[in-house]
This record gives sequence, structure tokens and C-alpha cells, in this order.
Amino acid sequence: MTRLAVSAPGEKMAAVQDGGSEPEGEKEPQPELPSDGSSAPAATPASKPEEQQQQQQQTLLAVLQFLKRNKLIESVDALRREAGLADEPDEAPGSEAGGGVGGAAAGSADSADASALLSRVAGAAQSGAASAPAKGGEDQPDVSVVLSAYSQQGDPSLYQVYYSGLKKFIESVLDCHRAELSQLFYPLFVHMYLELVYNNHESEAKAFFEKFSGDQECYYQDDLRVLSGLTKKEHMKGNETLLDFRTSKFVLRISRDSYQLLKRHLQERQNNQIWNIIQEHLYIDIFDGMPRSKSQIDSMSGSLAGEARREANKAKVFYGLLKEPEIEVPLDDEDEEAENEEGKPKKKKPKKDSMGSKSKKQDPNAPQQNRIPLPELKDSDKLDKIMYMKEATKRIRLGPETLPSICFYTFLNVYQGLTAVDFTDDSSLIAGGFADSTVRVWSVTPKKLRKVKSAADLSLIDKESDDVLERIMDEKTASESKILYGHSGPVYGVSFSPDRNYLLSSSEDGTVRLWSLQTFTCLVAYKGHNYPVWDTQFSPYGYYFVSGGHDRVARLWATDHYQPLRMFAGHLGDITCTRFHPNSNYVATGSADRTIRLWDVLNGHCVRVFTGHKGPIHSLAFSPNGKYLASGSTDGRVLLWDLGHGLMIGELKGHTDTVYALKFSRDGEILASGSMDNTVRLWDAFKAFDDVETDDFTAATGHIHLPDNSQELLLGTYLTKATPVIHLHFTRRNLLLAAGSYNSQ
Amino acid sequence: MRSACVMAEERRQKQCSVVLPTESMKAMAESVGVGQLQEDSCVALSEEVSYRIKEIAQDALKFMHHGKRRKLTTSDIDHALKLKNVEPLYGFQSQEFIPFRFASGGGRELHFYEEKEVDLSDIINTPLPRVPLDVSLKAHWLSIDGVQPSIPENPPPATKEQQKKESTEPLKAVKPGQEEEGSIQAKGQSATSAEVKGKEKLRMKPRSTHELSVEQQLYYKEITEACVGSCEAKRAEALQSIATDPGLYQMLPRFSTFISEGVRVNVVQNNLALLIYLMRMVKALMDNPTLYLEKYLHELLPAVVTCIVSKQLCLRPDVDNHWALRDFAARLMAQSCKTFSTTTNNIQSRITKTFTKAWLDDKTQWTTRYGCIAGLSELGADVIKTLIIPRLAVEGARIKAVMEGPVVSNIDKIGADHVQSLLLKHCASVVAKMRPAPDVMEQYRADFGYLGPMLCSHVVKARAQAALQAQTVNRTTLTITQPRPSLSVSQSGGVGGSGGPRTPSIIKVPSSLTLMSTRPATPTQPSPPATKYIVMATSAGAASTQQVITLSSSQSGSPVTSTVPSGSTSLQPLVKLESGGGTVAGSRPLQKYIVVSLPSSSSSSSSLEHKGGTTATSPVTIETSVKSERSESPATHTHSPH
Repeated sequence: MTRLAVSAPGEKMAAVQDGGSEPEGEKEPQPELPSDGSSAPAATPASKPEEQQQQQQQTLLAVLQFLKRNKLIESVDALRREAGLADEPDEAPGSEAGGGVGGAAAGSADSADASALLSRVAGAAQSGAASAPAKGGEDQPDVSVVLSAYSQQGDPSLYQVYYSGLKKFIESVLDCHRAELSQLFYPLFVHMYLELVYNNHESEAKAFFEKFSGDQECYYQDDLRVLSGLTKKEHMKGNETLLDFRTSKFVLRISRDSYQLLKRHLQERQNNQIWNIIQEHLYIDIFDGMPRSKSQIDSMSGSLAGEARREANKAKVFYGLLKEPEIEVPLDDEDEEAENEEGKPKKKKPKKDSMGSKSKKQDPNAPQQNRIPLPELKDSDKLDKIMYMKEATKRIRLGPETLPSICFYTFLNVYQGLTAVDFTDDSSLIAGGFADSTVRVWSVTPKKLRKVKSAADLSLIDKESDDVLERIMDEKTASESKILYGHSGPVYGVSFSPDRNYLLSSSEDGTVRLWSLQTFTCLVAYKGHNYPVWDTQFSPYGYYFVSGGHDRVARLWATDHYQPLRMFAGHLGDITCTRFHPNSNYVATGSADRTIRLWDVLNGHCVRVFTGHKGPIHSLAFSPNGKYLASGSTDGRVLLWDLGHGLMIGELKGHTDTVYALKFSRDGEILASGSMDNTVRLWDAFKAFDDVETDDFTAATGHIHLPDNSQELLLGTYLTKATPVIHLHFTRRNLLLAAGSYNSQ
Repeated sequence: MRSACVMAEERRQKQCSVVLPTESMKAMAESVGVGQLQEDSCVALSEEVSYRIKEIAQDALKFMHHGKRRKLTTSDIDHALKLKNVEPLYGFQSQEFIPFRFASGGGRELHFYEEKEVDLSDIINTPLPRVPLDVSLKAHWLSIDGVQPSIPENPPPATKEQQKKESTEPLKAVKPGQEEEGSIQAKGQSATSAEVKGKEKLRMKPRSTHELSVEQQLYYKEITEACVGSCEAKRAEALQSIATDPGLYQMLPRFSTFISEGVRVNVVQNNLALLIYLMRMVKALMDNPTLYLEKYLHELLPAVVTCIVSKQLCLRPDVDNHWALRDFAARLMAQSCKTFSTTTNNIQSRITKTFTKAWLDDKTQWTTRYGCIAGLSELGADVIKTLIIPRLAVEGARIKAVMEGPVVSNIDKIGADHVQSLLLKHCASVVAKMRPAPDVMEQYRADFGYLGPMLCSHVVKARAQAALQAQTVNRTTLTITQPRPSLSVSQSGGVGGSGGPRTPSIIKVPSSLTLMSTRPATPTQPSPPATKYIVMATSAGAASTQQVITLSSSQSGSPVTSTVPSGSTSLQPLVKLESGGGTVAGSRPLQKYIVVSLPSSSSSSSSLEHKGGTTATSPVTIETSVKSERSESPATHTHSPH
């Protein structure tokens, strides 16, 4: 703590220096402020008419450019005709502007000229934009420099007037538009507040916050709390959340009609301050068609950076499953029907087909078999596959009538120290990650855990013998559980490899560790994340694994590389959970910025962005057929997503606290969710997806009406005494296993 | 600096930005040797520090979420500091609480970290604490084919609220089903919370069938048999089960009928022991926090009232201590009045009326009279004040008639005697509060008639005791809040399930105390706090000395005997608890505790005499003027006549 206090002056110094480094931003507009729009600025040279003419021309150009950008071709033509302008000179200034901002890319160019446009339309009184032509007379680039984020200075006392003016307007607008335009409140509020803070109007900023923070949607409370603490310019330096807010554009989706309405209003009122913010910091995705309703908007909003852009979800996702390798099922194992040897394979085959009928002939939605190089199957893997199929035949077909039994594994005496749990696919082992930096592995079958013998002992073994695998194990070390020591901070994620030979664990210490379950020792510590790693998971085919943490980057690793193969960057908050798609070609990450992203493992591109959660996402689950994704967050809601269309298709309300565990049953009929509220809930996933599949998507506009049918879909709620549910797993026969640690208080 | 931390977090729920007071900055600056800190610097510092603290708190929350906890711990803060590349605070590793103490005074609030000087030899000499249990894994069925089995690992199938809903709003329980169908058809946009609840209840409904499962039937049989059986250990276990088990509500109607029928039969047969057992069952049911008893009061309350006012409760009214049963039942009644009385059922006023009516009747027997008075006086000081005290004179005359008049019957005399002591016991403290200090014998006689002089001496004693209590409370900082101090130290060895930490008991005895337990209860919980007995020597005149005996529930099998002899006064031991396992001739394996209390030299101190075994006791004088000696169950006062 003392260090904190000491460091404070240093920070301040830096901030002061920094403030000085942007002289244009703050000083430039100052002399211009008193000037009124009606008379030409006093500072301008004598050649007034010429200047004005040029200014007008520029205005026109800017208008044209703006219209073009918004694809208002007709208006462009009309304006051109009226102004008698030639067709060519429109591209140049825009690109220059883009260069001027430097790094902010095309978006800011857009905003730069647009704001220039408005300021002139309005009569050129507004500081930033108007000052530029006054200074040099000709150049757009200067304008954009001046307009670097938040440096414009309107009268700070007027901010409240502006905002309440807009509020009044939106409240008076027709109902159908009101909901859409209300989306503007939050981003505008934040940016206006930050602008005030940035320009050192602390008291105005506070007053502004006090006055309008209550109007914001409740799901922004967390962000508002962060904002409320931030009252000084130097605070903005280190705050990543705010930095993100500044650099990334808040995305809004508004119908064309509503947008026009807004634009007209702002132009009439000459409300440049707001218009500037809209142009600079918001990305308004305009669509044609009916304005959306409040509930439609609410279901999609809530993320840190607004909704996903439509084009973000346009890429094709190969969500189909990979073809299962053909494995001969040894028939001699089937003792019951030994005489019916002919009938057996036939019986077997359809069964297998029903699980992966697409695997017979290539599923059009499936990626190519070798799109991602996958490890070859070993003999032991084949054996395991056979076991899997055998078990699968005994699987109970679940549905609303036949609910699964739930076996709950309670961790006792952990004193709130259990942080992560995983089961092996065959449900024979449980791993637990603990806050005391240990990882513990239990065997839940009578088969005890044994280590491999030491090297000296191994050399004595007859390697030709049939039971060599049995002989290498050291019987003396047999025990029900083993403890793995190595991490130096709480273990937040554990994951078994599909072949049960390895275990991954990720920890607060910034490493991901790979453990051998043969020797129960650590094999590798993957260092890459310098901050806590919140989650890690093995690919369903082994070899690859993904990790994500506080550094906002998800990394894809291969077990034999000490450096990551892919880095998935794009989230604006901590990556809280990571999941592999069943076909191993995609990785889903959930984040504290309240979005879910789907990444292509092949090229590292982000192919889907899902918004709609109102809190950090703490659990993800792919449906077994790979088509859907379920996600759970701290707000207790579970959302269902269609990967192919990139749409939200369901909302499951019921939990009252963070959903930490989600799992589909083996055939995808039931979705189980486990939460901090001490319940396991079962949902009718089949029905949830079925309802949607029969409807055809209005994919063009990208929004659908969600039926509020959580209560119909809820099949069961099972309360534990005082055990938050932090992991769920369906055995191969569809028995549900749940795990959590008992909380004595 | 650390103190600031806590304050900031406490106030963080306020949306607007809260800043630490500049005084804190000054205080902290002084603590690190910076003397004159400018006001401006203070302001700047405090704003900066507040912001940073908030930042750290936000990061710490992240760690809490990922740690799957609801409580922020000090380690979360440490990790958050680490994230910012700040050295964490070492030495704040406590899991459960933040070791800050709060103090306020003179308009200033302060959180400080209390650092005591620790004598190392103390640490070395104290026995090592128990090693915490290792992490273990336990599996149970949360659900079988979609139905949650009612096993101890699972929560009770229906919460108290649900039980209440079902009983109070039977119509609504049906309705939601129809509503729900309607909502499906309408595909209603907004599922109201009522609908949601209705749905859930609809799902709960089939589970609350009126047929008991085989296991439940077995359980019911076992429990009821144990409750009225002869084995005290089993009974204790059964009562414990009734008082704590969460899944009993389906059996509640059976239990209630069992009790009411049992009382009806046994009152006729004058079977005192069984009545006592049944009353203890009622007590256990009332103690169970998961049961919604309101539904069955119509059966339970009459049974309890019967045990208070019945003319005859035992075969030999002159010998058997049915008074204790009446006292116990009266206490039960008071408890149920307190918990269940509402404006609609008016239990308290109805009960009061019943008692008063019976009491006012001249022909009422002494036993019933005793019951009525006991029942009324347990209802509280107000009731005593308004109903009993005005009638003291009349009652005194009646007692006088029996005591001094011609000997009618021994039974009447005993009855009158009991009524008298009961009246004195309850009225003394109330009168002490009502009347100003100088207690003049004559005045009392004038006001209360025959009972006046005795009441006067009681009041004097009550005053003295109150003063003494106030004194001790003032002097010592240690306050133990316990509503009803109990003397029931009966730990039947090996009774499982009693996991909860034992509550400290206060035993006030005028002399020394010998506590002896042969088999310390084996705690099932990791480490229950050692039982503390606070012994106050209240010998007349001597300044009250106080000793604390800590009975550590040691793991060793050897008996723990702590004897604390009182200072100089030569008084005999009053209460002695010892294992009677060997002394009782019976072959029963259970332990018996014999509470022996010898009358002390001081005049009207309490004297309890209980003996195990079958020998009948002589008429006991239970002069429970010392309130703390009131026992939880009448069984300690009486013994079964079998």
C-alpha cells in the first residue's frame, strides 16, 4: 500500500507531461471559442470571401463524402447536380484524414470528415472543426489531428444540456423508434463523461454522472461503477477498460428510419457535440426494415463494446463433425449374441450412423478432414473408441420424460478452496484445482492410481511379456488420489487429455502446466501468459490445447511446442473460459467484456462475435453435433447460439447466480447447467433448438424474436444443501455427474 | 493505510465516487514520518489513493469470481496487487475474516489492526491444534431419474415457506397449473414471478404425497418407539433427530397425531413419564427450523395445555413431581405463543383467557391452579403484572386457609405450597421492578396480604441479585448472550449427529464446581470450541469472584476434571456431575449423570436433588429462585417412576 502512495506522484508527473505533448488538442481551439458563427472569426485573414468560398466547398465535399459512405447515392447525385460539382475529388481528403489520425484506421477518417461536415453545416462555431480551416485554410489532415479522441472542448457546462436535449428528443419520438434510439444513451453518456474527465472538468463530470447515471440500463451497472471512480485524466492512463472504450467503437444497430430521425434532429438543433461523438466513437450499423423492439435490443446488448457488427458474423463456419475413423468392432467381445454374428455388425452400424450419419458421406458443413492436422490414432485410442461405442449402445436416451440421474461429487474440507474440476471422458478420474496451488486427481473407480516404476526398476522388466503395461506400474504407489505440486498460485483451470495420459492445469502464476498421469509429475510449464490464466482445455483430439487469461489473449498450443501456435486477440476484457469445438477446428472464448468469440484455429481469425450477455461469461458448452453453443454468465442466464447463422436462438432464465458449469447430454437432448446458487438445472435443449429450426431465420437483419419460454424448457431444478455446482459431466451412458465443494456457511 | 482499505470497501456500494478523508492521509503520513503535509497534497493523495484502491478492489473481485466464491478474501487482494506489480501485503492470510477491529469515539471512526504481544512460551505450551482434515470426495445422488431423493445429503424437499404456502393457500396451489397452461397457449411475453413460482410448486406437488415411503414408515416407527421407550440414550438420539432432520415435514401430521393421542390416553392413565416424553417431542418439533408447525397447532396446543392444567397427571400426586412437567409445558406454551401467535389466530390471548378463567374459579384444584399460574407467568412480565399481581392477596388468603387451617389433605397442602413458591418466584422480580426500593415488610403485608412478608424478602433478594448481575456485567467485558442458560450437561456418550458446537453455559453456584465427564463427546466437526463454564461464586457478602473453566473436549479418553475451589469460604460443592455408569447397578450401557446438589449454608439457595435408579425421592423442594438453574427438560427434575 505504501508503494501505491509513493507511485502516485510519479504517475501524475507522467500525466502532466503527457498533457503537454498534445498541445494542438488543447490550445488550438481556445482562441476560437468566443467567435460566433455569424461573423467571420477575427483571427482569419482579410481575404474573407475567398476563405468562405473555400470553406463552403470543403463543406460540400465533406457532405458528399459522408453521403457516399452511408450509401446515399441518390442524395449524392442530387447534391452534386445542385452544387455543380465534378465527380472526382471525393476520395482524396478522406484518405488523408485517415492518415492523420494515425492507426485509428478508416473509421476515424469517416468521423473526421463527418464532424467537419457538421460543424460547418452548423455555422462553424464549434471549436475543433472550425479552428482548422481558420488556421491553414486548406487542410483536412489538421482537422483530424485536432479531433484526436476526446480533445474537443465544448463548453463543459453545456454537456448536460446537450444530453438532456437528446434525452428529451428520444423520449418524445415515436414508440417504435424510441427503443432503438435509446441505445445511444449509454455510449453517449460514457463518452461525454470521459470527454469531460479528459479535459479536466472534474466537477462538471461528476455532476454529469450524478445526473444521468441513473438513466442507464441496469446491466451497465458494473461499468458505471468503474466509471464513477474515474475522475481524473491521469486515471485514464492505466485503465485498460477505458482505453478499450476509447479506441474501439461502440457498435449500435439502428434501423434506417430511426437513424434518419436522429440525424435530422441533431442537425436541426445543431447539436455538434453529440454528433461528433456519434461519428467518432460509435459505429452505427444501419439496416433497412422494421425498427427493433425493446426486448430484441435488450437481448443483444450488454457487451462492453455494443453489439457485434453484422459482418463480423458473416464468415462461414464449418460446424459439422469430422468423420469418425472406421474401427472394426471386435465381435468376439459381444458374448450375449455370439450366434448372431451376422446380425451384430448391422445392428452396430446403424447405431453408429445415428450418432454421426453425416460422417458416412462428408457433411457439407464439416471442415475437411485434414483442415487442421490431427494426431493419428494410437492403438490405445482405438481401444478406447471401441469402449466408447460399446458404452454408447447402453446409453439412455434422454428427454423430457426420461431425465438423467445426477450423481453429485462433493469435495469436503476444502474451505472454499476448490477452483476447478474436470472429469475424464470415461468418467474414471476427477481432477480438482485448488486455491492452495495444488492439483489433485482422484480415481472414482475401484482402480487405484499408480505411478510408473522408476527407471532403475523399469530396466529389470521383461519388455516382451504380454502384460508389460501392467508390469511397469508400481503397485506400492497405488492410492485413490494423487496430489500434483508445481504451481505457485491458485489453479483456475484443469483439463484431462482425451487419452487420459495427461492433465493440463492453468494457474494464477501465469503458467499452464502439463502433467503426466503415468508418473504424476509435471512435464512442461507453458509460459506465455504473464498474467493469471483463467482457463485451459484440451482439444477433443488431444495434442492441441487452448488457454486464456487476464491478458485478454487466448493462445493455442500444441503439447510438443513450448510456444503458442496461435494467438487469438480481440477481446476487450479478461478471457474467462475457453472451449474447443467438437471438430477441433474452432475455439470459443468467453470474456469479461461480455462477448463470446469463436476463432478459427486454422488462421486465427475471429469468425463469430456473440453479444447479449450482461455479465462476464463463465461457462461455455458446444452441443455434441457442433451446431450450437451454450454460454452462461454471472447474471445467471444461459444463452444459446447457432454457430452457422451466428445468431442467438435462446435464452434460459432461472439461475440466480453465476453459471459456472454447462454441459450437453451425449446426444444433445438435455442441457445441464450448474450454478453458484447451489442448483443443477436441466433444460430441454432439443425443444429449444427445434423451435428455432422450424422457424426460418430472418438472417438478413440478424435479429430474431426470442420466445420467452425458459419455464417450458426447464425440466428440473435440483438444489444442493450448500454446494455451488462448478462442474458437470455426462458419462457415456448419460448419467450426469456434478461436482462442487461444500460451503459450510 | 490498511485501515483506509477497509473503509473504502465498506462504502463502495454507493454509486457515486467516495474519497478517503484527508485526515487518513495525514495520519498515514505521520505514521511514516512525514510531518507537515499540505492540505492540497492531502487532497490529491487521497483522491489518487481512493482510485487505486477501487481499482484493486475491482481486480480482486475477478479473483473471487474465478475462485468460485462469494466472499472476497485477503488473498484475492494480494493477487490483485500482484497483477499491478505491487508487492502483496504479507501476513494477512486469514481465510475467514479480516483482522481489523473497529473503534469509534469522539466522532471519529477508526479501523485498526490489533497486534498483541504474544508470549512465545504460551504458544509452545499450548497443545497443538487439531490437524485440519484432508480434502476428500464424497458422492451422493442428487437426483434419481429426475426425482430428488430425500437423503441427508440433499436439502429438505420443501422449505418452510413452501409448507406454509401449501397449508395457507391451498387454492393457489391448484391454480398455477391452469394459469400455466394458459400461458403456454398464449406464449406470454412476460412470465411473471408468480407464474414461475407456481410452476415450481407444481413440480414440487407430486413429491409431497400423503403416503409415506417404506423408509419413512420405518423411521417413524423407530423414532416414536425411541421417544416413549425406556432407553434414555435412544430417546436423546430420537429427539435430536426430530429437532434437526430436515425432511420430516411429511411425517409431521403423524407426529402431531401421535402426540395428541398420546397425551389424551396417558392423562387418563396418569402416566407421568410418558407425558413428559411427549412434551419433549413437542419441544423437539418446535426446535426443528425446517418445520412449519402452524398447520398442526390445533392438535399440539391442546395437548400442551392438558399437561399444564390437568387435575391429575400422575398416579401419586403427593410424591411424583408433576410440577416440573407443568412448568415445562408452560414454557413450551409460552414459546409457542411467542412464535406462532398472530393477529388472526390470537393464540396468546386465547390461552391467557383459558388460564385466567380456570384460575378464577374457586373450585379449581391446586394442581390446575398451579398450572394456570405457571402458564400465565411464563408469558412474561406484563402478564404477571396485569393478571397475577392484582390477585396475590386473594391467592394468599386461599393459601393461608390451607396452610394454617385445619388439615384437609396432604395433597392440598403440597399444592398450596407449590403455588406459593411459584407465585413468589415469578412475582418477585416483577414486583422489584414495579415498586420503589425500600421494601417494608408491613407495607407488603398490607398490599399483598398473607404472601406479603415472603414476597418482601424475595423482592429484596431479587434486587440484590439484579444489582450483582449489573455489577458483573459492567465489570467484565465478556458478555455471553444466551437466552436461557441451561444446566443440562447430559452428554450421552457416542450420540452421533450432534455436530454443532456446544454453547457455553453459565452456571451460577454459590460454591465450587466439579465437572467430570468420563467420555467426552466425540466431535464430528473438525474442532468445536471448548465448552466454557463460567462459574460465579455468589456467596453472600463476598465480592463475586469469577472463574472460567474451559473444558476442552479432549481427544483422549481420559476424563477431564476441572475443579475450581472457591476462595476462602468453606462451602460444600453444590453441583456435581459425575458419571454414574459404574455406580448404577443396572446393566444398561448408557451413561447417567447425577446431579447432586447439597443445600448450602445460605438460606434460600436452590437445592436440587435428583437420583437415578428406582428409589423414590422424597418430596423435593425445587426452589428455582435462581433462574439459571432452570433446565431444558423436566427429565432432569424428575425421574421416571418405572
